[in-house]
Amino acid sequence: MSARDDILGRIRSALRDGPEAPQIPRKYRATSGLDQAALIELLVDRLIDYKAHVSVVDAVEVPTRIAELLADAKCYVVPTGLDAGWLAGLDHETGDRRRRLDSPAAPLPVAELDGIDAVVTGSAVAVAETGTIILDGSPNQGRRAISLVPDHHICVVKAADIAGILPDALRRINGTRPLTMISGPSATSDIELERVEGVHGPRKLDVIIAR
Amino acid sequence: MRIALFATCIVDAMYPNVARATVNILERLGHEVVFPSGQACCGQMHVNSGYLKEAVPVVANHVAAFDNGDYDVAVAPSGSCVASVQHQHPMVARSCGDTALEARATAVGAKTYELSELLIDVLGVTDAGAQLGSYFPHRVTYHPSCHGMRLLRLGDRQARLLRSVQGIDLAELPEADQCCGFGGTFSMKNADVSSAMLADKTANIAATGAELCAGGDASCLMHIGGGLSRQGSAVTTLHLAEILASTEEAPVSVTGEVRVSTGKAAR
Amino acid sequence: MSTFLGMPSLPVFGTGNLHASESFPKAAHRELGNAQLRANLGHATHTIRDKRLKVVAELPDWEQLRDAGSAIKESVMARLPELLEQFEENFTARGGVIHWARDAEEANGIVAGLIRDTGETEVVKVKSMATQEIGLNEYLEEQGIAAFETDLAELIVQLDHDKPSHILVPAIHKNRTEIRDIFLREMPGADPHLTDDPAVLAMAARAHLRRKFLTAKVAVSGANFALADSGTLAVVESEGNGRMCLTLPETLITVMGVEKLLPGWQDLEVFMQLLPRSSTGERMNPYTSLWTGVTKGDGPQDMHLVLLDNGRSAALADEMGRSALHCIRCSACMNVCPVYERTGGHAYGSTYPGPIGAILSPLMTGIEAEENNSLPYASSLCGACYDACPVKINIPDILVHLRSVDVDSKRGKKKIPTQMDVGMKAASWALSSGKRLGLVEKGLPIGRLAAGRDRKITKLPGIAGGWTQSRDIPAPPAESFRTWWAKEHQRPEIEGARKPPQDKGDQA
Repeated sequence: MSARDDILGRIRSALRDGPEAPQIPRKYRATSGLDQAALIELLVDRLIDYKAHVSVVDAVEVPTRIAELLADAKCYVVPTGLDAGWLAGLDHETGDRRRRLDSPAAPLPVAELDGIDAVVTGSAVAVAETGTIILDGSPNQGRRAISLVPDHHICVVKAADIAGILPDALRRINGTRPLTMISGPSATSDIELERVEGVHGPRKLDVIIAR
Repeated sequence: MRIALFATCIVDAMYPNVARATVNILERLGHEVVFPSGQACCGQMHVNSGYLKEAVPVVANHVAAFDNGDYDVAVAPSGSCVASVQHQHPMVARSCGDTALEARATAVGAKTYELSELLIDVLGVTDAGAQLGSYFPHRVTYHPSCHGMRLLRLGDRQARLLRSVQGIDLAELPEADQCCGFGGTFSMKNADVSSAMLADKTANIAATGAELCAGGDASCLMHIGGGLSRQGSAVTTLHLAEILASTEEAPVSVTGEVRVSTGKAAR
Repeated sequence: MSTFLGMPSLPVFGTGNLHASESFPKAAHRELGNAQLRANLGHATHTIRDKRLKVVAELPDWEQLRDAGSAIKESVMARLPELLEQFEENFTARGGVIHWARDAEEANGIVAGLIRDTGETEVVKVKSMATQEIGLNEYLEEQGIAAFETDLAELIVQLDHDKPSHILVPAIHKNRTEIRDIFLREMPGADPHLTDDPAVLAMAARAHLRRKFLTAKVAVSGANFALADSGTLAVVESEGNGRMCLTLPETLITVMGVEKLLPGWQDLEVFMQLLPRSSTGERMNPYTSLWTGVTKGDGPQDMHLVLLDNGRSAALADEMGRSALHCIRCSACMNVCPVYERTGGHAYGSTYPGPIGAILSPLMTGIEAEENNSLPYASSLCGACYDACPVKINIPDILVHLRSVDVDSKRGKKKIPTQMDVGMKAASWALSSGKRLGLVEKGLPIGRLAAGRDRKITKLPGIAGGWTQSRDIPAPPAESFRTWWAKEHQRPEIEGARKPPQDKGDQA
């Protein structure tokens, strides 16, 4: 008998008393009921708690803010689908020579990504209550490696994409896409259960919330 | 109200004053107390040690003693024994396939209260000093036993009663919600771990500067008191019922060689 | 096709690192002697307890989430065969390959074979309880394959040639100074001026593993959740080592117990609220990765999943114990356990320590395996674990159930009953009748005599000696309550209303 049939047979045998699957009581909250200003305030509070850097700006100010944050970067990577307007603050006549484009047709090798200082991405949805940003691999976020290997992640969150709590957020996205939920910079509590920020993932997380 | 007292085996045999104090409090409130003489033990030692088969006659005896219409409610001065009556008895009956016993056990469980639960929820005691004349001018700390806290969800009922005793100086016990390490046969089978837990409990008690540690379970108090005694500590233990029963005219004495209600010695 | 043959089979138990090889009291005795260990554990468990309580209190619907989580898991167990088949279909349709492993040996063989097929001799690993349980690293080493643990705590344990002692923080038994010393001793090229600042130590780990991540071709992971209706897998982590392993290599091999399934996407909203707050005491863990089979151009293109039984079906067969399989490995139960706090995880022998381990290990191996029958007794039944469990596993009740399984497994087998057997039988006789208890109580004055002038008993023989090792027993009273009551009421052994009290004020 194959291992598969053997295991399924064992499990069926284990359940021969016929336990019933109970109804699932979903009496927990589905939404937060907060307005946008409150959502932004909560998200900022939670992100700062994780030692992320946060700026809340009007949508038109996003390019300037990105340019400021990238001032010290020797080079940075963006996915091809990034909102072109966001980089306007960096484009002088011939464009920005520090910029690398990562596209499905021409993905950057990992070794090259390792030499890149920063990455700029959009985001799919954010969760105010937990300070979580979810990337779903859409063209404005790119493949997972580009928001992982560079040490500085600049992530733009549109105010309209902020959900109050997790159920609200997860109901807005497609679960079969490659998803990354990010709550602050990489961190560890492995030494004496004290949290310290900065391990293998980006050690610096800048979140720009665009109103 | 006619109240049946379940003394519990440990109180009956080792700490009779706890049961006498319970009777005293209830009578002071104008209630009639009966003592079903067939009672012995709740059987949790057997259940918790894995001797389910041996627990069956113990449980059946308790149900037989209390399954009658001769009283309104039953009370025990012990959280863990009440938890056993309510939670374990129907399970033990079920395990031996006795559905009739299960139904009777469930009915008995529903009528059985832990002392602080009865006093507050049923008899409406909110101020022990005013309603019972409780008077106890000592510095006391309080250990909330696990089963009362987590199985019966007594919350702060026992502490509330203690706080309302005239003259008492109630000191908060650090890490109060931590188990004292008793756990029935655990204290013998895993004596080292149990002793380590007890050492932390007695250290926390000592840190309060209290003269004695109060609680609602004689078994835990025997454990804590046994540890304090071995360490040569001057701190003793006393059951909640005895503190509530203490009055200005007839105070419980806590000076000298006092260990929790050891008969005449506790006078 | 899977067909149920109709023959109820005997449970098939698990193998691997699921056993206590010495009894818990013996192992605990040794661990208790390690003062440094106790200080480290006390500090760490208290830190995490406070954090957990704080973030749990923030959620107004925590109990509703627990209710949902518990019901979802109960439903998964009831529907496990159909959900597994559904998961298999979806995972396969999205380009993944499923392998089934009956036990540890079979799982190890499958993983080694898959690695060999890639031609690689090194793999990076994301922390995984399943691979710890089957002893994968040791097996791979025998096969000439080097497995590098990338989680900081796992790295510490691996560098120190030690064993994990906690499921979330495997190096919880080490303090920062000990960890610094391990790095200096075992980590090639470690800065000799390394301090014991956790942030500095984390940086040392980053530098040590960076090259490995960037060049690894094969990764091995576990999974926290698997969604049956989509074939999606999830890994919950903090450091980014998980993302590295799940994203950069060409081949990803995931090993997962069959009980990890959730029916679908909507269930994730429950568990992703329960897990982080219960485990690290954070509102959300820094990183969670979810992948559904192979995504072209993003992440590993060669994707395998090993579905592991290894005693899970045996645990499922125990009607009272099966809810132990609801466990999501958060570790809240061990963080609040007064026994774990003092002995640490090594005393439990198995990969799964603490309260959940004390039930899960014997359920998976059978109560008679090695010293696993000592594990259900490693608890004072204080109930703190049940309160903390995000999926409401009634660990105290299952502990008690397994104690009875242990006692029953020995009935009729022993020629000479133990002291405990004899004591329990005698107590059952005495405590199942008020008359008999009353009779026994007539002996109280003898105990009073034995206690002597200082009114305490300080030494008892046999198993009761466990008690008197650190506690006295007070002298028994001159008479029992029962005797006093009978005298007061003058009609011995007949219950009745108490006469008007004559000794009011004489109480106490």
